[in-house]
Amino acid sequence: MSLLQITDLHAAVDEVEILKGISLTVNPGEVHAIMGPNGSGKSTLAQVLAGHPSYEVTGGSVTLDGEDLLEMEAEERAWAGVFLAFQYPVEIPGVTNAYFLRQAYNEIRKARGLDEIDPIDFIDLLEEKLKVVEWGPEIMERAVNFGFSGGEKKRNEILQMAVLEPKLAILDETDSGLDIDALRIVANGVNRLRRPDSATIVVTHYQRLLNFIVPDYVHVLAGGRIIRSGGKELALELEEKGYEWLTGPEAAVAS
Amino acid sequence: MSSSVEQLVNREYKYGFITDIEAESAPPGLSEETVRFISAKKQEPEWLLEWRLKAYRRWLEMTEPHWPNVTYTPVDYQAITYYSAPKTAKPLGSLDEVDPKLLETYEKLGIPLSEQKLLAGVAVDAIFDSVSVGTTFKETLAKAGVIFCSFGEAVREHPELVRKYLGSVVPANDNFFAALNSAVFSDGSFVFVPKGVQCPMELSTYFRINAANTGQFERTLIVAEEGASVSYLEGCTAPKRDENQLHAAVVELVALDDARIKYSTVQNWYAGDDEGKGGIYNFVTKRGKAAHRAKISWTQVETGSAITWKYPSVILQGDDSVGEFYSVAVTNGRQQADTGTKMIHLGRNSRSTIVSKGISAGQGQNSYRGLVQIMPNAEGSRNYTQCDSMLIGNRCGAHTFPYIDVRNSTSDVEHEASTSKIGEDQIFYCKARGLNTEHAISVIVNGFCKEVFRELPMEFAVEAQKLLGVSLEGSVG
Repeated sequence: MSLLQITDLHAAVDEVEILKGISLTVNPGEVHAIMGPNGSGKSTLAQVLAGHPSYEVTGGSVTLDGEDLLEMEAEERAWAGVFLAFQYPVEIPGVTNAYFLRQAYNEIRKARGLDEIDPIDFIDLLEEKLKVVEWGPEIMERAVNFGFSGGEKKRNEILQMAVLEPKLAILDETDSGLDIDALRIVANGVNRLRRPDSATIVVTHYQRLLNFIVPDYVHVLAGGRIIRSGGKELALELEEKGYEWLTGPEAAVAS
Repeated sequence: MSSSVEQLVNREYKYGFITDIEAESAPPGLSEETVRFISAKKQEPEWLLEWRLKAYRRWLEMTEPHWPNVTYTPVDYQAITYYSAPKTAKPLGSLDEVDPKLLETYEKLGIPLSEQKLLAGVAVDAIFDSVSVGTTFKETLAKAGVIFCSFGEAVREHPELVRKYLGSVVPANDNFFAALNSAVFSDGSFVFVPKGVQCPMELSTYFRINAANTGQFERTLIVAEEGASVSYLEGCTAPKRDENQLHAAVVELVALDDARIKYSTVQNWYAGDDEGKGGIYNFVTKRGKAAHRAKISWTQVETGSAITWKYPSVILQGDDSVGEFYSVAVTNGRQQADTGTKMIHLGRNSRSTIVSKGISAGQGQNSYRGLVQIMPNAEGSRNYTQCDSMLIGNRCGAHTFPYIDVRNSTSDVEHEASTSKIGEDQIFYCKARGLNTEHAISVIVNGFCKEVFRELPMEFAVEAQKLLGVSLEGSVG
């Protein structure tokens, strides 16, 4: 059975339709890249899958492991194993990274009928996970994303992903604003977290990230629809020819 | 903002029950007779009656202040009962003689008075309507030389101390509500820590208004002699009633040379219902006087009351004295708060710190009002003020009225202010990590208040966090 099944998904924000019929099947173990010009609906798709309340689903269906994802609150999706790495991670002053992440970890455990982890064991767990993003423990005492550089925020997202071990990770423009070193760290982290029973959707504008995180499939989104799907070579072709190769000048500015 | 941030108002006030207990009350209304009645009931010495009467006469000439940024139906001072006491035959000798119903009430409030059940190391005085019903750990404290008792008892047992310090920080004619309190105050707590003594445990007073149409006018006086130190906490609740009830307390802190007083408040008076019906009018005067190298620290977590008007202040009289004010004030539903502090610098190199966190939800209105005054002789003095407001939803308000008055050129005053809004994005971020909406709000708000919570004694910091959770419950659905 597929892990994620998106069928003819339509979604709108403020009554403007952004997604105009998206269908996509993601199986366990796969990495899918969603590419497309600005305004094509890539980030909207990511936000809709994570359950952002500003987006209204106007048609279609999404299932995760056969369960209706669209019926779930955002936190229930997290419990079910969906993880969105935010394009703009949010700052929470006064709340330490360690505390926040332990709350998240325990909520997800509770939802799965497991016991909460105590703070001491959690520190041990963190120690392992911090290696994924090449960080020392001091980062855990800083407030969540507060005063973090753009690169640190993205690394923090990957750290959260490492701790929460999602079934479906959605990386929304995780490469934007990263220098090459940060990009390498983030991509290595994602690669280390790949498991045969989980899948990753990488949303990106540029092909650059895909040199590091090699996708099994590439989909090009334009005007709220997937206009082309292919293997990893599609990304290289896009890099060479530009989006206009597929969209034409008028389609690129849609929505 | 979507409906998710609109509902936080439907919370239950779990302390809203009424204790059915026979009370002895003065007839409603205020006159010289009332003042004499209260004084006679308490078998007070002549000088105290005179002090009350003087305050009463001054009060008659004063008018209720209307400068705070709050609106409310006027208080009818003749409709209030100024004295109400649970009926007991005689003054209580020990906790065993306290009416079991009263003890039950405090159990329900989570304040067990039986000493063995108390939080380790916290002595409690409980004030029910107008009188103190019992003080715990008296003997342990007495061994250290610390006096901790009800105000009434202090007047009987230690009249010379009361007479020396009563009104020395907040004069009877200080303001309208302080004058009213001075005329009719019924009980309260008294603490005296002698020279060089570190009080061996936290002291705590628990205030409860029970009787209908009754005002609570308690008076707290804390004296720390040279080099002494004490940490004191007060908690407050009241039943749910449709009428507004007046609470006009006075707290005076006296810190002599090198003394330290830490005064913490967790205030959870009934706030009224969603339409703004009922609730406590909390009009309180709190002030401390710090001598040379003395330190006075106010920490308050204010989540209750319909209307709050209070400015815990420090007169930094001595050289190198220190004043601190850490405050979290929450207004939800129709609550209104006008609160802040005054730091009056008189001594050289005196220092003050103000950290104020205002949280507004529902249709709550939250105003910070603070005065930092540095007098000509207070050379080298410093103040740091940080004033942050957080808004939850679209119908609440946050206001800031800072007054800064510096009269010498060697002092430093810093003021920082911020206003933020718990955004849908912050909540969504937490939800996307598996926290439900209420949990998300609680994490965000507690983070916002962290600098204040860490000033509270440990047990109470946990209480305060929980209280904040209850106060904001339902403000986001």
